[in-house]
Amino acid sequence: MSAIRIALKDIRQRLRDRSFYLWGIAAPLGLAAIFSLLFGNLAAGAFDFTFAVADEDRGPQSRVFVEQVLEPLDEAGVFSVREVASAGAAETQAEKGEVDAAFLIPAGFSAAATSGGQAELRVVANVDRPIAGQAGRAIAGQFAAGINAVGTALRTYFALDPHEPTQEEVAALAQAAQAQPELLTLTETAAGSKELSAKTYFAAGMAILFIFLTVQFGVLGLLEERQNGTMGRLLAAPISRRSIVAGKALTSFILGLVSMVVLVVGSSLLLGAEWGNPLGVAILVLAAVIAAMGVMFVVAALARTPEQAGNLQAVIAFVLAMLGGSFFPIAQAGGLLERVSLITPHAWFLRSLGDLATGGGPGAVFPAAIYIALFGLVTGGLAQLRIGKVLAP
Amino acid sequence: MERRPVLEARGLRKAFKDLVAVKDVSFSIAEGETYGLLGPNGAGKTTTISMAIGLLERDAGEVLVDGREIRTTSTTAKAAIGYVPQDIAIYPDLTARENLTFFGSLYGMTGKALGERVDEVLETIGLKERAKDRSGEFSGGMKRRLNIGIGLLHRPRLLMLDEPTVGVDPQSRNAILESVERLSAAGMAVLYTTHYMEEAERLCDRVAIIDQGEIKAEGTRAELVSLVGERDKVRLAASGQLAAALPVLRVVAGVEEATVGEESIELLVAGADRALAPILAAAAGAGISVHSVDVDEPNLEAVFLHLTGKALRE
Repeated sequence: MSAIRIALKDIRQRLRDRSFYLWGIAAPLGLAAIFSLLFGNLAAGAFDFTFAVADEDRGPQSRVFVEQVLEPLDEAGVFSVREVASAGAAETQAEKGEVDAAFLIPAGFSAAATSGGQAELRVVANVDRPIAGQAGRAIAGQFAAGINAVGTALRTYFALDPHEPTQEEVAALAQAAQAQPELLTLTETAAGSKELSAKTYFAAGMAILFIFLTVQFGVLGLLEERQNGTMGRLLAAPISRRSIVAGKALTSFILGLVSMVVLVVGSSLLLGAEWGNPLGVAILVLAAVIAAMGVMFVVAALARTPEQAGNLQAVIAFVLAMLGGSFFPIAQAGGLLERVSLITPHAWFLRSLGDLATGGGPGAVFPAAIYIALFGLVTGGLAQLRIGKVLAP
Repeated sequence: MERRPVLEARGLRKAFKDLVAVKDVSFSIAEGETYGLLGPNGAGKTTTISMAIGLLERDAGEVLVDGREIRTTSTTAKAAIGYVPQDIAIYPDLTARENLTFFGSLYGMTGKALGERVDEVLETIGLKERAKDRSGEFSGGMKRRLNIGIGLLHRPRLLMLDEPTVGVDPQSRNAILESVERLSAAGMAVLYTTHYMEEAERLCDRVAIIDQGEIKAEGTRAELVSLVGERDKVRLAASGQLAAALPVLRVVAGVEEATVGEESIELLVAGADRALAPILAAAAGAGISVHSVDVDEPNLEAVFLHLTGKALRE
């Protein structure tokens, strides 16, 4: 009961000095809006490419590339493709920036490809559109790999039985080869569909960043009570020391939870963020608050003054947020960064929200929620070993 | 009939690394008694009071309040104690009423009883009109009064005040001293630490002289003064044949010593109130003119000087 009284007193103080409104609600909502506007627009326009293709060959292989590779991508809305009459015109359009990149298919391309000769498929990109150039080269490279594979197979066949092949023989061999099941198939994972929208991603990223700042209002109260001299009064009162710590933890928990709920609802209504299954989100939010409290207790146990603790907590909150991908999906860098990222509760929080965004139910978040909560319980538990030093007049 | 002790402290000891802050301190306080710990800054007063209220774990010794042991982990036993810390300990974001209500609730007070008691204390400390104002906006004196009010709120059996008048203006100081006198008269046991000799003399039924963590002497004012001898110093500002008057003055009853000073005669007298008239008569008989008389009674300052060899404010 004493813990509840202490928590109510603390919450009243925080609401009265308005710090909670700033750090718990206004700042994360504002930053999420700015980030989603900034990166959302960039992301939306990042792959909006236009390619030109100049088919001077007009043979069967070049038409396969144009009609069966490029046109389906155009129809799927991945990018736009326009056919131009000549390689020169396509190159000029790429140079002028009228298209992002151009595919140039010279005359004789099909003949060279089917006879084992040197077929050439060129990609010309505008210098200011390097990503478009890379995308174009990737598409052309994929096609060239297929052609090369066929060529290799044919050369192998005729090396075993040396004679001059006829067009019909080559076609029949190709047809027979195509009828065989593929030795290696590439299965598309659902990773693309698990990505959060920019608005949801940044709203969630800011939410978990600021939760690590908001919870300080409760736990840091331990140090403030010492600084104000009121810790002596609390210790002199007929209440247990545990109830003082519990009161501060409860304050953090309530403020953290309120802040997160406001952010989830606010970002949904104001920014159009889509968080997914509410129960799943609630489980993740609870776990995130516990994790933040655990870290905050460590800070309170290590720091000597509220100012020192506030600075330390800010540093920890921003480092964890950066590593965890609150500002950008750092795990995509792969390697060590990806592994380090997965230490943070932030990375698990954001990943698990992705599962919810693809229609996952509450059960989908359990592994992440358990890790996040354990992160808080372990750090908070370790902090309890030293928290006694804070409980002094 | 001997009054029942409310607080009993026996053999308290506390060291901070190599520094022994309190050494074998023992005292007791009875119902309605005001007990003073008088000593300079750093004498060990706050460490003693902190152990007595269970803020600080002691290295040795025992503290009982109403027969219940006080430790840092005690809960119910602490309910009998009201604590007024040396520094102002209030929440500046909360109003005077909210401060009192919060601390009252920690002592188990609730509902109407709590509200009425808060009103009563606000009246007592003169903050009824400012009850709804944030305490951060109060003057230093008002904050001090609120600081004391919080300690009184739950009607403790024992009130511990740790130098409550440090940095307080004379008017507020007097108000605080009057409050303590009233509480003591109402039967509350009071432990009062101070380095002001005047406060100890005015308030305390018994005083412990504490220095370097040790109680040097303890007793009523009269008992302590007797340690340095109950001789008053009488100074006669006079003119005439002063040296010639000394033999006449030395034979007056109560006069133990007489010396000539600068245009004055200084006498050490046992009971100046009784001896003063014969002294003035003897001086007139010796032919000297007395212009003024000063009488200095021995006080706790003198006792402290006698016991420690230094002044209280050194």
